[in-house]
Amino acid sequence: MISELFSMTVLIGILASGIRLATPYLYAGIGETFGQRSGVLNLGVEGQMLLGAFAAFYIALTTGNLWLGVLGAMAVGAAMGLVMAYVTVNLQAEQGISGIGFYLFGLGLSDLLFQKLMGTVETVKGFSEIDLPLLSDLPVLGVILFSQNVLVYIAFALVPIAWFVLNKTTLGLKIRAVGENPDAADSLGVSVARVRYFTIILGGTLSGVAGASLSIALLNVFQQNMTSGLGFIAVALVYFGAWRPWGVMGGALLFSLVNSLQLWIQVLGIPIPSDIAVMLPYILTILVLVATVSRVRAPSALTRPFARAE
Amino acid sequence: MANSSPEKWYSKYIDVALPITAGLAALLIGAVMLAVLRVNPLEAYAALWDGAFGSKNALAETLVKATPLLLVGLGISISFRGDVINIGGEGQMIVGALMGTLVGLHMVDWPGWAVIVLAMLAGFTGGAIWGGIPGVLKAYFNVNEILSTVMMNAIAVQLMNFLLRGPMIDPAQAELASKIPQTARLSEALRLPRLVPTRLHLGALIAVILAFLVYILLWRTTTGYRIRAVGQNPDASKYAGIKVKRYIVLALVLSGAFAGLAGVTQVYGVNYRMITDGSASGFTGSAGFNGIVAALFGQLHPIGTIPASILFGGLLVGANKMQRVVQVPSALITALNGLVVVFVVSSEIWRKRRQRRRLAAAGEDEAGPPQDADEQGKNGSQTEVAV
Repeated sequence: MISELFSMTVLIGILASGIRLATPYLYAGIGETFGQRSGVLNLGVEGQMLLGAFAAFYIALTTGNLWLGVLGAMAVGAAMGLVMAYVTVNLQAEQGISGIGFYLFGLGLSDLLFQKLMGTVETVKGFSEIDLPLLSDLPVLGVILFSQNVLVYIAFALVPIAWFVLNKTTLGLKIRAVGENPDAADSLGVSVARVRYFTIILGGTLSGVAGASLSIALLNVFQQNMTSGLGFIAVALVYFGAWRPWGVMGGALLFSLVNSLQLWIQVLGIPIPSDIAVMLPYILTILVLVATVSRVRAPSALTRPFARAE
Repeated sequence: MANSSPEKWYSKYIDVALPITAGLAALLIGAVMLAVLRVNPLEAYAALWDGAFGSKNALAETLVKATPLLLVGLGISISFRGDVINIGGEGQMIVGALMGTLVGLHMVDWPGWAVIVLAMLAGFTGGAIWGGIPGVLKAYFNVNEILSTVMMNAIAVQLMNFLLRGPMIDPAQAELASKIPQTARLSEALRLPRLVPTRLHLGALIAVILAFLVYILLWRTTTGYRIRAVGQNPDASKYAGIKVKRYIVLALVLSGAFAGLAGVTQVYGVNYRMITDGSASGFTGSAGFNGIVAALFGQLHPIGTIPASILFGGLLVGANKMQRVVQVPSALITALNGLVVVFVVSSEIWRKRRQRRRLAAAGEDEAGPPQDADEQGKNGSQTEVAV
């Protein structure tokens, strides 16, 4: 039975779904990267994802328009980001704990709306696969990389874009300055508050899309607590990836490939305790945190509210 | 507390008023949400209240729900006072419960009370280990405890699923095709005694007693003072000769231990077995998170966490009645809990501002060292030191 796992079709299946499953981690992780580079830990990602997932699903279900669903998820995520920005920037609240508050809020509200507005689990026809011309005809790689739905392509395209914005633009410089030394940035005329509002709202928006990618592209259902910890992992991936978009992508792929492998193990009925397999990436993340924390420095002002000295 | 100044009772008054205001604000937003869902908020809240406190049984259920919240909350008040953010209550409950259950399933020839005591110790230890790992990682490897506790939650869930599907599965279920992932039922001798003819069990009483012990620990022992000092100002603490790393680990160990105990009370007092639906909340009922809400509402004070836990336990129980009477899903309460957390944490800014003003005022008379003042002026003791 184990040998089945190594047949070509199964391997291709594992890799293809691994790429696909990386999508929510990528959106949420890239969004979180922006927030953390500016010094704000958004621990409410999970809540934003759940509300985004619900908004996207409900809109897609009622209007039949998937893109409207994505827009709705973005709006909901941005709105939550806006509130979170007010709480963490203006009210200078403890970011870790308030993030748990936002998580519980999103968890409860998405469940409430789901039960009130839908009541039963329904399915939508989500984004379907798009074969990229020529590329999808490549042997093996074509199926794995170039026959995915549009949200997958966008997620991976975000990685170089985020890298470019953070490292090669004035905006990125401001974000990093605010995250490393807000006092210095402030004295140079950069508005710490405005930069952080921007990154937190951007993070919320992308978390919303992450939720949408689950509910109308990957799974095509909405269920209560359907993210089941995925948003928290996305936060950890930012540490894992050392606050760099490419690193976040590496971590996202690690988690998604293990998930994919575990799903296939179940599908094929291979008697490996899959619970143990699922545990591995978490353990690995902790080990990576231990190994890298001495070499890679977090943004200096991370989790520190900024108040101009009086 | 002998030389109480007028300012002190005044500030205590505000300290209590802030979370209550935060709670009322959350209820108000909840009322708006209910109105949007075309439900009469008054009717919904009346059902909520009635379901939580309206009868002897309701009250007993509320106290049953409050028990894990209080235990987790006690741990949270220790760790947050030590400036260690323990998000790992869910995992610590699970591991504590697993260890406690193992004791009950294997020590069949022992007297019931002895097994219960051992199971509680095992749960305490299990939670302590699960909290201690992130503690060591934070203190000695500089790994952010928020992340590591979240990871430990996920690992604990998988551990539970693995054990309940495999090694710990009820032998009867192992025979069946359904293979429900649950352990065998604990024998009757191992059940926590009921206090009154309801479902209220001894665990509630134990939790209240522990609350007073945690109070003594935090404010009447050197260890507690040091945990708080490290939380207040690690640099000054180090300078004063406190082994900061050791107290960071201790804060998480204790925090986890109380959550582990909460897990054991769920098994020995409520369910009499462990069963998993694959998720953490399926076992914990999210008490690992809601305990944070209760502790924050109780001002991170062990005694304050008692009424706070009863309140939030009541909300959880009352939510079921609300669901039956006005068809509002109990998920509303989860959302409101989240708002309470956000409001309470946000309101800290007023406390800090008040404290700063007070320090500035005190500083004009005499330059007192602010760093060894305890508890961020939560009992107004900043003034005590400065004056």
